[in-house]
Amino acid sequence: MDEQLKSELRRQGVVATSLQELYNWGRKSSIWPLNFGLACCAIEMIATTMARYDLARFGAEVFRPSPRQADLMIVAGTVTKKMAPQVVRLYNQMAEPKYVISMGACAISGGPFKQGYNVLKGIDRYIPVDVFIPGCPPRPEALLDAFLMLQRKIDEQQLTGPARPRHLQAEQPSEFSVPQYSEHDLVPTRNDAVWHAPLVNISNAGTNESGRD
Amino acid sequence: MSVLTEVSIDTISQPANDHLHGDLLEISMGPHHPSTHGVFRMNIVLDGERVVKLKPVFGYLHRNHEKIAEHETYLGSMPYTDRLDYICSITNNWAYALAVEKLAGIPVPERAEYLRVITGELTRLQNHAGLIGFLLQDMGASGTPLMYAFREREKILDLFEALTGARMMCNYMRFGGCRRDLPSGWMEHAQKVVDGFPRFLDEFERLLRTNEILMARTQGVGIVTREQAINAGISGPMARASGVNYDLRKVDKYGIYDRFSFRVPLGEHGDVYDRYMMRLLEMRESLDILKQAMRDLPSGPIMDPNTKIRNFRPKAGEAYGRIESPKGELGFYLISDGGPNPYRYRVRPPSLINLTLLEQMCLGHNVSDVVIILGSVDIVLGEVDR
Amino acid sequence: MNLEEIKSQIEANVPGCSLEIIPNASPSGQHSLLVDPEHALTVGSFLRDGASPRFDYCSNVTGVDWPLKETTAKQKTKKIVDGVEKEVEEAVKTSTGDYLEVVYHLFSLEDRQGPLVLRMRTGDRAERVHLPSLTPVWRSAEFQEREVYDLFGIVFDGHPDLRRLLMWEEFTDHPMRKDYVDPDDYEYEPTAHDEVLKRTQAHYAAQETPSGAEEAR
Repeated sequence: MDEQLKSELRRQGVVATSLQELYNWGRKSSIWPLNFGLACCAIEMIATTMARYDLARFGAEVFRPSPRQADLMIVAGTVTKKMAPQVVRLYNQMAEPKYVISMGACAISGGPFKQGYNVLKGIDRYIPVDVFIPGCPPRPEALLDAFLMLQRKIDEQQLTGPARPRHLQAEQPSEFSVPQYSEHDLVPTRNDAVWHAPLVNISNAGTNESGRD
Repeated sequence: MSVLTEVSIDTISQPANDHLHGDLLEISMGPHHPSTHGVFRMNIVLDGERVVKLKPVFGYLHRNHEKIAEHETYLGSMPYTDRLDYICSITNNWAYALAVEKLAGIPVPERAEYLRVITGELTRLQNHAGLIGFLLQDMGASGTPLMYAFREREKILDLFEALTGARMMCNYMRFGGCRRDLPSGWMEHAQKVVDGFPRFLDEFERLLRTNEILMARTQGVGIVTREQAINAGISGPMARASGVNYDLRKVDKYGIYDRFSFRVPLGEHGDVYDRYMMRLLEMRESLDILKQAMRDLPSGPIMDPNTKIRNFRPKAGEAYGRIESPKGELGFYLISDGGPNPYRYRVRPPSLINLTLLEQMCLGHNVSDVVIILGSVDIVLGEVDR
Repeated sequence: MNLEEIKSQIEANVPGCSLEIIPNASPSGQHSLLVDPEHALTVGSFLRDGASPRFDYCSNVTGVDWPLKETTAKQKTKKIVDGVEKEVEEAVKTSTGDYLEVVYHLFSLEDRQGPLVLRMRTGDRAERVHLPSLTPVWRSAEFQEREVYDLFGIVFDGHPDLRRLLMWEEFTDHPMRKDYVDPDDYEYEPTAHDEVLKRTQAHYAAQETPSGAEEAR
């Protein structure tokens, strides 16, 4: 529909919309996050829901303790190898459509604790992530920004065609394999269906040359 | 006297002829649970609603702080201490700085000591305020007390941000002093926050001190006696709620705590209510200390000029330094072999050791009481698992 | 509080135990007492109940790994070589370590004294790693000894519930030991440097068909 006509009609008190817009508007305005904190970032996440930053303005203050009722998992903090299977299992238990915000340096890559033997080097090795927020911990404003980014992402989704999101494609998986504890490490150490090592030429690392080709 | 209470599931007898008596139910509470204050897990065996066995499971936030510190320089570990008990970063810095100062014999200038007391007590205020908010949330007072508590916490975090550049991860202390002096106008702002804080406490106490539901839920629940507390190494407000008169600010008089007059509140019953009240009373004493420290703050340097920041290599030896953190006795045990990294770096986590008696406190109570007993211990998983 | 005094108190009350004072050169001046494992439990009970001051509060339990360390120092000695006295340099080998150690920090609540630092050492780092648990004396050691068992592999005899504390049950290593090798999961390092760079390069060298390197070409 012509945008100009639409705004003209709106001024007359007539709201014209498409099913896709209505559907996306409904979903983006009521993202219910999972009540799920891991570490330091969780405190900033709680601060975001409190009176000062007031996440309720974006329709997302209803933190659900059960993954069955939640749309969004905020991975707020360091994911240890001991915790990683539980995180993946919680993600699998969430109903589609579901989104993941990877909050803070630890959830992205292991952050300052990257060299720890029990620290997972990024939750995106096991589950797909929609928005990454850098910071240690990110400020509440950064989390709000990630929220708005996720809302834009939902707003742009097509309901039909090849570019439609995962939950509308029957052949796409909605569950991912849960890693198992083993004698020295998790098995497997990554899910190759989700994560590929980025193209980095390690032989250039440590020199002034850029690591990327 | 044996202080170990061993409950094995085989020894819990079930009445044979009681057909109303059901089977025991084993549940795993956590690591994802809204009331476990992070990724803590308890394996609980229930007889109806009653807890007959409880085993805590740790390690879901074990991020290898001690191992990483062995590969870091002494100063390089300072930002990591922020992330131990991530609600009280400044007191963690302080404990670590104190241990290194003991190890290397570094003096601290007077103004820095005052700044440490001021920031440390502000940290205690925001920790205790947050804790009672969370505790009441666990009790079912959904939202409101926590909102009140976070309102006050944000005011203190603003002060931290103005002083150190970060809301939570302050990284403020250095060996032999503090990193940065007060920015202009900070003291007036802090004075306002400190002067306004009693209003919050009064409001909170008026609402909840003698609230009937609160008293019914907390009094007589999760009792720890004085002897048990000492033997189990319980420290901090939790030990004092059981009547153990042991506050490191009075005992060790580290820093300049001998210059301030303040009282150490003690509990009589050692139950959840006493632990809750202990936090409220300690906040009042912290405000007293803050008032005195802010009044007497001298001018002068904030770092010992002879301290080496780079190439800091303490002589071979070891030291154990401890402070009264808001959670209890936070200690750092360092072994140096003369190199730039500590040979062994150990954190004595008050949160972990305060959980020693968790099973004993919960036995015989309802599963809903487990949540508030755990809440009253005041744990932060970053410190429990390190 | 005088460590010598406490040592003689223990020696008078716990017959047969052997104690040694380990001096500490740092300005903290916290010297420690090495206790033989056979009598550690009796020494612990005596310190808790009979000593003066009574050490009723065990604050901290730490594991320390001391792998075998051989140092060769050159020493000049005077020797008579062919009837003439000469100064000869000789390499003297000394080896230290090869044991695991557990350190207890005790305090007295009543007399507000401490810390009294107790140490115990295992026979070696592989087979003889048993030490008596002091949890029956101080309950506060319960979780901390489990942690030491988990991360260092010291087996505490007499511990009521000796399981891994932090790592999962299937885990077989003891990661806080100095010779522990991390799992090799350095597939992606955007800004590798120093230690991490070495590990990353080792990771790609270890793979026969390096997936990351192949993609990079």
